[in-house]
Amino acid sequence: MNIIVCIKQVPNTTDVRMDPKTNTLIREGVESVINPFDTYAIEEGVLLKERFGGKVTVISMGPPQAENALREAISLGCDETILISDRALAGGDTWATSYTLSMAIKKVGSFDIIICGKQASDGDTAQVGPGISAHLDIPQVTYVKKIEEMGKDKAKMERLMEDGYEIVETPLPCVITVVKEINSPRLPSLKGKMRAKNATIVKWGVKDIGCDLHSVGLEGSPTRVVKIFTPPPRKSGEILQGEVSDISKKLVDLLKTELH
Amino acid sequence: MSIKVILEKCTGCKLCVKTCPFGAITVVDRKAIIDFAKCNLCGACVPACKFVAIELKKDVKKRDLSGYKDVWVFCEQKKSKIQSVAWELLGKGRELADKLRVNLCAVVLGDHIEKEAYEAIYRGSDIVYLVENPGLLHYQDEPYTKVLVNLINEYKPEVILCGATTIGRSLVSRVAVNVYAGLTADCTGLEIDEKEKLLLQTRPAFGGNIMATIITPNHRPQMATVRHKVMQEASPDKKRKGKIIRKTYDGNTFLSRTKFLDFIKEIEETVNLAEADIIVSGGRGLGAPENFKLIRELAVTIGGAVGASRSAVDAGWIPYSHQVGQTGKTVCPKIYIACGISGQIQHLIGMQSSDIIVAINKDPDAPIFKVATYGIVADLFQVVPSLTKRFKEVLKK
Repeated sequence: MNIIVCIKQVPNTTDVRMDPKTNTLIREGVESVINPFDTYAIEEGVLLKERFGGKVTVISMGPPQAENALREAISLGCDETILISDRALAGGDTWATSYTLSMAIKKVGSFDIIICGKQASDGDTAQVGPGISAHLDIPQVTYVKKIEEMGKDKAKMERLMEDGYEIVETPLPCVITVVKEINSPRLPSLKGKMRAKNATIVKWGVKDIGCDLHSVGLEGSPTRVVKIFTPPPRKSGEILQGEVSDISKKLVDLLKTELH
Repeated sequence: MSIKVILEKCTGCKLCVKTCPFGAITVVDRKAIIDFAKCNLCGACVPACKFVAIELKKDVKKRDLSGYKDVWVFCEQKKSKIQSVAWELLGKGRELADKLRVNLCAVVLGDHIEKEAYEAIYRGSDIVYLVENPGLLHYQDEPYTKVLVNLINEYKPEVILCGATTIGRSLVSRVAVNVYAGLTADCTGLEIDEKEKLLLQTRPAFGGNIMATIITPNHRPQMATVRHKVMQEASPDKKRKGKIIRKTYDGNTFLSRTKFLDFIKEIEETVNLAEADIIVSGGRGLGAPENFKLIRELAVTIGGAVGASRSAVDAGWIPYSHQVGQTGKTVCPKIYIACGISGQIQHLIGMQSSDIIVAINKDPDAPIFKVATYGIVADLFQVVPSLTKRFKEVLKK
């Protein structure tokens, strides 16, 4: 089974803090990590490989330092890694990003399933997974919480909805995006770490994957960021004091106008 | 498109360094240097520079977009009922359409769903594009994408709004790729730049730590998803008149490679977390799974939904579908009551845009109090039952 996992390197949110004086993001010392949702995609890929054989190829688009995320993926059991890095990709939105990833996947060639995390923790768009499947014109199942059955040319998935889950059958190859509930990612093994250290990371630029240069990076992106600002900080509230019964009375009085 | 630092003008003051949301600028030998691997060409540094030392060149290749008009709302339906998020979008859509002086149109896809098309007119639509077919009874990515793409290609809307729901996010991501449209997720603000006739889409990024305003200058339609409860619902007016345009397509349009087999309802309570006006959430402070009954009692009393922190879910006390936070759901109810939740950043990201936040925690230093409108430093096992009792008394009257 040929499994492709797409991952993104993101700043660790626990480290993202605002400077209270200047009201800007503090970037110093912010560690880069694999997008938390992608760790479930990696684990699911490795689990499928362990059950059915084959290999897991991990693809990431990003700056050269995203190589670290790919090495980590190897330490977690993935086999091959590809970094798509190119100055021409700067400023790409989800349209251009999903196009670039789909071109890289086409170059990889044959695959049975593409697994993505449901969204990235920095952008939160959840658009790249479905975007890849649209560019490749293959079926998609988003928000997968369980792979119920995996056959040779079709699979059955549980898809998480707001109020329950759907059971969906899909032909292969397809794209799935996965939610946290699907598995518990393992920790890297010592052997994996050794492998990661020595692994070769394949590096491709836009020309290597045959991208139309007008469709990547900022030029290929329909959207433009025109303004970035800090939301007014939430003003610190009031601590209710007194006996429990007094506090309850006070709070209920404060809230009851909001209830209908 | 290119950006550069005019070295003669740069004084090395580092103002741009602080402004850059991507950490792409450093100052070396009193000159700013842009790391192009990180730079997103967003231009935030340009106005920040007091010495006009950063130059951003934008290509001005204007396409003729005059053929695109009207504001569309995709009306998501489940079990042939249009979901309330669509009424909220029609409320906002009406305002945008009036500013642009164009029609507000609803897209209603389903099977035997004409009744709902009239409801969309009552809620402010001038035109409803109605497509009925058994293949559209349940949402499925491919037939819905094909139909929406066909409609867009034929009628050319300038704006399309859609709920940022599981269905909406899956659908419009696919549609935007197929029609080469700009798509902005989870907008919290939508305005019209009346001079340029552009949709200004404002959304949080980096877990709500910064806000970004995004436009789609050269592609149409301008597509945006909006979460539940962000916009005001349009109230129905049964006297409103509108036009229903029925469309039919050949059978292939409705074919889906994926097959919907079943739906299993899973949520414990009847209230959907994403739609709830009130959420009562429990965390590790509850100590044991059975103590969630305190949370449920309060929630039921005030008509709210039950939420949970990641640690409560990871401990197996409550299903994942109740999890609020970065790896769970992002919610913005009118009232959010956090009981025994310390307020790790990952949790705050998921609920800090709630109107009123009540925090109940024994630890006065718990970070949750930093975002709380009302804080109660006390034992939740005393406070929560007392609150339930008090609410019961007050609401009975």
